[in-house]
Amino acid sequence: MTSTTPTITGHKRPNYILIWLYLFLLTVVEVSAAFLSHIPKKWLILILLFFAVWKALLVALFFMHLKFERWRLRIIFMIPLPLAAILVTAAIMEKVW
Amino acid sequence: MTQATQTVDVMRPPFPAEPGAGVYSNKLGMWVFLASDVMFFTALIGSYIVLRFGVTEPWAKPGAVLNVPLTAVNTFLLICSSVSMVKAYAAIADGKKYFLRAVPGKLLRDGGLKFWLLVTMICGAAFVGVQLVEYIKLVGHGFTPSGFREGSLLAEHAAADPVKYGAAAAGMYGSTFFTMTGFHGFHVTCGVISMTYLYFTKVLPEKYSPQDYRGIEVIGLYWHFVDLVWIILFTIVYLI
Repeated sequence: MTSTTPTITGHKRPNYILIWLYLFLLTVVEVSAAFLSHIPKKWLILILLFFAVWKALLVALFFMHLKFERWRLRIIFMIPLPLAAILVTAAIMEKVW
Repeated sequence: MTQATQTVDVMRPPFPAEPGAGVYSNKLGMWVFLASDVMFFTALIGSYIVLRFGVTEPWAKPGAVLNVPLTAVNTFLLICSSVSMVKAYAAIADGKKYFLRAVPGKLLRDGGLKFWLLVTMICGAAFVGVQLVEYIKLVGHGFTPSGFREGSLLAEHAAADPVKYGAAAAGMYGSTFFTMTGFHGFHVTCGVISMTYLYFTKVLPEKYSPQDYRGIEVIGLYWHFVDLVWIILFTIVYLI
């Protein structure tokens, strides 16, 4: 059979509702940490960014099925990330100078 | 090419370009587009970081100007739409084209592609609606892309407490906020329009099958990416 969507057939389907629950809980923790905690600002920024990246990874890996894709496809998505880091660093350096 | 082959091509187009990334061209195209969109949003977020942390004047405190609880609910709405999108994808992969079907012995009915995609569209449209309401209220209170409007309620608050409301950097705050959330809202709107188009032209006429549901997968990738970007934007713009 010439299936047209064959790239993610050989894996067990993730529990999407569980991922949704994770995302919901992480959002609640994130908002609570931002407004209810007395964590120093610098630490708070790091913690919030950590939660944001965690949630983004959950979406990319399980909802976009990147976890089950071939490496060649993952690389397409990952290539802009170092370029983005260079862009931001360059912009910050220009500001600093 | 024979007539018979042409019929098969229309119903189930062959895989172009199997070498390379090893996926069908629509999906590869969407991934390449998403990679370019990563750069686009990185440019916006990067500019925001440079402006935000380069400015010497205090920035507005989280929640001072923006309605964070409302946006948190909106974030939850977008996350829900992402789940319903992936449920739509799973439904058609299992051959469930229908809207809802009763499940013997269970209270809840089993949703098919038509149901889950409709839920996604409604959640997406609701997100855009809430964002529009937020914009209207913000502008009404005096928060515009150029800062606090003179004589407005927010301008009065900012004059009374310039540190909390970031009065000196209000122009930059307004322009970065409306640019980032506006472009994201534009992406969501495009996604809702695309899904509505697919819904009426492909989903309702039951043109998708477990053998060919590329449109659902491709629009799903786009939709999840929009959700992913919002997760980052919500943290950076509203919480930090």
